Amino acid sequence: MIDEAFVDLSRLQFAITALFHFLFVPLTLGMTWILVIMESVYVMTGREIYRDMTKFWGKLFGINFAVGVATGLTMEFEFGTNWSYYSHYVGDVFGAPLAIEGLMAFFLESTFVGMFFLGWDRLSRRQHLGATFLMAVGTNLSALWILIANGWMQNPVGAEFNYQTMRMEMTSFAELVFNPVAQVKFIHTVSAGYVAASMFVLGISSYYILKGRDISFAKRSFSVACGFGLASVLCVILLGDESGYEVGEVQKVKLAAIEAEWHTEEAPAAFTLFGFPDSEKQVTHAAIKIPYAMGIIATRSLDEQVTGINDLEIKHEKRIRNGMLAYEYLDKLRNGQDTPENVAIFDTLKDDLGYGLLLKRYTPNVVDATEAQIKQAVKDSFPKVGPMFWSFRIMVACGMIMLVIFVLSFYYNAHRVIEQKRWLLWAAVFSIPLPWIAIEFGWVVAEYGRQPWAISEILPTFLATSSLTTNDLLISIAGFIIFYTGLAIVEGWLMLRFVKQGPSSLHTNKYHFEKINQPSKDEQGAHS
Amino acid sequence: MIFDYETLKLVWWLIIGILLIGFAITDGMNMGIAMLLRAVGKTDSERRTVINTIAAHWEGNQVWFVTAGGALFAAWPMVYAAAFSGFYFAMLLVLFALFFRPLAFDYRSKIESPRWRNNWDWALLFGSAIPALVFGVAFGNLFLGVPFNIDNLLRASYQGSFFGLLNPFGLLAGLISITMMVGHAGMWLQLRTAHDVAKRSGQFGRYALIACMALFAVAGIWVSNMDGYQIVSMPDTQGYANPIAKVVTTAPGAWLDNYTAMPLTIIFPSLAFVMAALAVLFSKMGKPALGLVSSSLMLVGVIMTAGASLFPFIMPSSNNPNVSLTMWDAVSSHMTLNVLFIVVVILVPIILFYTTWCYVKMWRKVTVEEIENNPHGSY
Repeated sequence: MIDEAFVDLSRLQFAITALFHFLFVPLTLGMTWILVIMESVYVMTGREIYRDMTKFWGKLFGINFAVGVATGLTMEFEFGTNWSYYSHYVGDVFGAPLAIEGLMAFFLESTFVGMFFLGWDRLSRRQHLGATFLMAVGTNLSALWILIANGWMQNPVGAEFNYQTMRMEMTSFAELVFNPVAQVKFIHTVSAGYVAASMFVLGISSYYILKGRDISFAKRSFSVACGFGLASVLCVILLGDESGYEVGEVQKVKLAAIEAEWHTEEAPAAFTLFGFPDSEKQVTHAAIKIPYAMGIIATRSLDEQVTGINDLEIKHEKRIRNGMLAYEYLDKLRNGQDTPENVAIFDTLKDDLGYGLLLKRYTPNVVDATEAQIKQAVKDSFPKVGPMFWSFRIMVACGMIMLVIFVLSFYYNAHRVIEQKRWLLWAAVFSIPLPWIAIEFGWVVAEYGRQPWAISEILPTFLATSSLTTNDLLISIAGFIIFYTGLAIVEGWLMLRFVKQGPSSLHTNKYHFEKINQPSKDEQGAHS
Repeated sequence: MIFDYETLKLVWWLIIGILLIGFAITDGMNMGIAMLLRAVGKTDSERRTVINTIAAHWEGNQVWFVTAGGALFAAWPMVYAAAFSGFYFAMLLVLFALFFRPLAFDYRSKIESPRWRNNWDWALLFGSAIPALVFGVAFGNLFLGVPFNIDNLLRASYQGSFFGLLNPFGLLAGLISITMMVGHAGMWLQLRTAHDVAKRSGQFGRYALIACMALFAVAGIWVSNMDGYQIVSMPDTQGYANPIAKVVTTAPGAWLDNYTAMPLTIIFPSLAFVMAALAVLFSKMGKPALGLVSSSLMLVGVIMTAGASLFPFIMPSSNNPNVSLTMWDAVSSHMTLNVLFIVVVILVPIILFYTTWCYVKMWRKVTVEEIENNPHGSY
């Protein structure tokens, strides 16, 4: 029988480690390009302030990058340690992009990150810029391959179940790579990372401007950040993840849950701006709706429907019953009755095998499930609507606030009056956490919204675990929490220390603290 | 498809071997350097010279480790699934230890406080010694067989405990792993540092290499007397990969069968011994470049000896030998192996090219004077 507490702990551990890891990834994704932009200006104009900008923001990037690397190691191994059956069941397909990520992206990124930090005196200007550029390419390629892997979990194309090896096997590498869900996710995720890095630079530069420190350094940084940030935030919003919801059943389920769309509405559907979804009664209380908006966001048309949860339930029940048959034949095939007829019948049923496996939660044999268990499995085939509904709205709200900040920053900066708009500068400082909030909730929407599946319609999450004990997990979760808290404290402390010092930490004798005062005790200590 | 399934399985056994060797030569060296740090660097400046010989490279070196993990997932998914979940606490121990390294390398020199730096030195030491030890222990336990089973739906379950791994033979293998990395790192540091640091590094390196070979010889005698695993019968190696369809037995000394069946394989243990001896000799003669080449080839010898002895086994099961994982039946599909093989053939030469370029660009002897003249320009 499935131990629910054990499954929940496995999920909790993965969620903690993945969400924590992704606190550091976005800054890496975006900051590398900001560094490329700054260094390009330096190479083209030869003005040293741009080299100093590259070095200073690079220093903050480095503090962040170290924790990103450390926590990324966990992600590489956690599939094997905690999702052992998953690793066996889909490793043939899912492992490939991970291996390619290592070969194509990690090597590039990690080799040149070393050159970026330590190659200043040993490479020509152009060579160093080349190293910075390759570091950025490597970083972003790693996002591409991991999102191809993740996209496959959402929309598993290019693969087929093989009863002889008892796993999914690749049938088309091209379909795996060009999975539409993976492609939109990639654009959405990297541009969100660009927004995060832009907001980071924008906010910190605003702080220096407000404090009247290193104004020319701060304003140049501000200019780069508001331009890059505006382009990126537009990209995130206009090319949002939504277009991916057209593909695949589970993506439709996700969309219905995000919208609390209990019943299929006439096209074009309205967008529920606000409300309180009630899963029991399948209604949304106190809903404020914007006509047409949902249909346009989700289907990019006025005449396509957004399927409601009710209609999806009917479909799922049919597939669960089919899945029971599929499981019956799988059992026959694996126990010596693999006659050509049985194989042929299984082949017609196997697309629904995953739905049959949903019943494993209630009966190990699947085929003897009662009507009540089938009904329960249908209910299980949806994520909880409440968390989806709210996570999505928090993400969108953060995005909208950032859009306003970037538009205004860009506008006032272009008119060279940004220094007088102190309220906007303060707003930028306090908005630094927004991209992270949006991104973390975005991942909740994407991955919580995939439940109950580890791999959409193929492998239920509760089956994907390792054969460990609840105690094993309690120990490891405690270990991760302790270690990660420690990492966060050290990283945050060091980051703040360097942010406070600003470009003075470069020891060029050109900036605020070194110019005005004699170096105080605090500044003497900090360098690398 | 370029190769038939059986050939491709063999090719992938070699590729995984190459990735492990790449890991040992590069990241193993990082680990050895971190373990030597406090012994060969007496002052902060001396320690910084040690760290700065790999400051620009440790990150890229570590990717050999990460990629080996990814390749295991993709090419041998059942091994990745069974080994990583089975060795759960050992894996976590490695992970937690490895967390220290990126931070230690990057953060150590950012603050000029002796206590701060001292703490990161210890973090580097443990962050490297623990993984080096655990990898060796894990390898050692492969020879003894791992207590796991696989059911009819191919779910693997581990029936041993973490402390079960810490048996005498496992620990012996762990010590071999540590000493070979330290010895190799000693050669590197002798080449890339100067004066006292180089002298001490050569000395420690030579001790470690000699210890490594002594332990390696003991392990060889031990293995020749322990029960090894043999395949009695198995399905066609061209067919679908099914790890639970063969019959396996154990027999005393069976781990040496490959050396009689394929006498050429004797090359690997010989390589380990000869190259270790040459490395010691070159180091003593003051030719550390040749010492480094020799110690690298010694790593090839040690790792290939382990691989060739176990072949075709990867992870034998002591609970139910029939479900032992081998390179014939714990592998991915023909198509996946083929796609990944093409990727490897294209990308590995490119990786080697730019990695070499970076090493060439950063090549110099790192001296105490350099660090002290430019305290903000390096780690």
